[in-house]
Amino acid sequence: MSELTALTIAEALQGLKAREYTAEELTEEHIKSIEAARDLNAFVLETPDQAIEDARASDVRRAGGEIGALEGIPLGIKDLFCTKDIRTTACSHILDNFVPSYESFVTEKLRAAGATFLGKTNLDEFAMGSSNETSYFGPVRNPWGQAVDDPGLVPGGSSGGSASAVAAGLCLGATGTDTGGSIRQPAAFCGIVGMKPTYGRCSRWGIVAFASSLDQAGPMTRTVKDAAIMLEAMAGFDENDSTSSQNVIPDLEACLGQDIKGLRIGIPREYRVEGMDQEIETLWAKGARWLEEQGAEVIEISLPKTKYALPTYYIIAPAEASSNLARYDGMRFGLRVDGQNLEETYMKTRAEGFGAEVRRRVLIGTYVLSAGYYDAYYLKAQKVRRIISEEFASAFDQVDAVLTPTAPTPAFSQGAKTDDLISMYLNDVFTVPASLAGLPAISIPAGLSSQGLPLGLQLITRAFDESTLFRVAGALEEAAGWSPRPLKYQGS
Amino acid sequence: MSVDKSTVMRISQLARIEVAEGDQDKLADELNNILTWVEQLNEVDTEGVAPMSSGLPGAVLPQREDLVSAGNRQPDILRNAPDSRSGFFVVPKVIE
Repeated sequence: MSELTALTIAEALQGLKAREYTAEELTEEHIKSIEAARDLNAFVLETPDQAIEDARASDVRRAGGEIGALEGIPLGIKDLFCTKDIRTTACSHILDNFVPSYESFVTEKLRAAGATFLGKTNLDEFAMGSSNETSYFGPVRNPWGQAVDDPGLVPGGSSGGSASAVAAGLCLGATGTDTGGSIRQPAAFCGIVGMKPTYGRCSRWGIVAFASSLDQAGPMTRTVKDAAIMLEAMAGFDENDSTSSQNVIPDLEACLGQDIKGLRIGIPREYRVEGMDQEIETLWAKGARWLEEQGAEVIEISLPKTKYALPTYYIIAPAEASSNLARYDGMRFGLRVDGQNLEETYMKTRAEGFGAEVRRRVLIGTYVLSAGYYDAYYLKAQKVRRIISEEFASAFDQVDAVLTPTAPTPAFSQGAKTDDLISMYLNDVFTVPASLAGLPAISIPAGLSSQGLPLGLQLITRAFDESTLFRVAGALEEAAGWSPRPLKYQGS
Repeated sequence: MSVDKSTVMRISQLARIEVAEGDQDKLADELNNILTWVEQLNEVDTEGVAPMSSGLPGAVLPQREDLVSAGNRQPDILRNAPDSRSGFFVVPKVIE
């Protein structure tokens, strides 16, 4: 790996400005890096020619004084974002030949800010998974696997390809999407920063839908500052998404470096769950101490219904998914498997097109929405969701931010949890509550396990209070003293 | 609530996903496993609580004029069709 792939986005913007290298050189180095690390399976589609062309255009713009917020920065794009004329699959067989005729709002904004796209990154099929093992294109490897002699270490999911790529120096940043933790958990597993904005900050238009009341796009980067730069470019009102917020994104970079004196940080006692690694609990306490040392006031708070967040999520998300995925019927786009009649064509198309986890979730969703079960499951879950959301609101009367671990364990080996669905779902126990409440949250790499694997801490703030989120995140990152340098990935 | 093979067949019919005979038992077990686990929500008193269906509490969906904003894109729309002819989608026979 060359020096150019070890830069942060902020450093690369400085270097481009100072003419130390061109966008074309920067992009070329990343293309080489991707080619050398194909065994990670982080990218499902590489677009080097397009990337070089875009980088050249960026250099021309820069020479003409036209400089966007991400001018010349090479990014990876989760293959859930529709990219015009570039295959977009959601890593599902049912869409594996789909070429959109339009660009998602978020990627359009990134392009408009001057970014170049290196390709599409791997994910769990339709973003349903916590280990990137359900992808039709095969599992992704976590580059940290080489540090512990486990080449099959999972990167987390669903944005596993994006997390792995950022950690291994294959791109300077990547887009992710988060429904119940799909940005934050892989960020923690791969030792990078992953941020889920307030619901409505980033338009969902052109992002393949999983659970529409939860889906949110966000940045995956090596530093908090890079996340701020990227989010500012991704966020904004879009009339094509009826849930898109009109709130203007604040100047997040300006929040970094501001002191946190007097801020109140909540430690929710219900997050001390059974099965959490002792060293994660220790790191959590250390994180609280770091913030205290910088003048914040740490307060124990209670979010009593926390343990019900995960079962609530596993009713609501599959219900919305079963509705959203009804569109894949083999008629207008995607795979079609012919049967004897129309009905059989639908049945066969969807049986062949969806993988096991997607099928399970669509069936669960269909069941909880079906006559006779709707009230007992779906409506019940929506009511508990409101209680969880209100508990956060009360907590934020007492505190300005909540600090928790991101995941109950570090990254695990491929296959370790595929036979036990509930234990796989438990990966998201700390990330799902903020998703249900629509709140902004960020995972910061905060330390290493005794085995040498990255561990993350999560911060959550009030809706649309990304300013405080980044302010505290910056303080936490500085105290953790994590090096933003990516892993020197050797390949195997 | 216990899901048996016949329930699996009924849901798979509703969801329009064929489930092979040999997969039905295993799938019933998996679905039961998940449903039993989510049923812990019954412990929560939700009397008088309004269901939350939006991404943020209290979100109001805006309204707009019902106008064509991106019409005349027939080639774009047919681009990914498994089968199309003369500017139309070709689908299996619907009415016998």
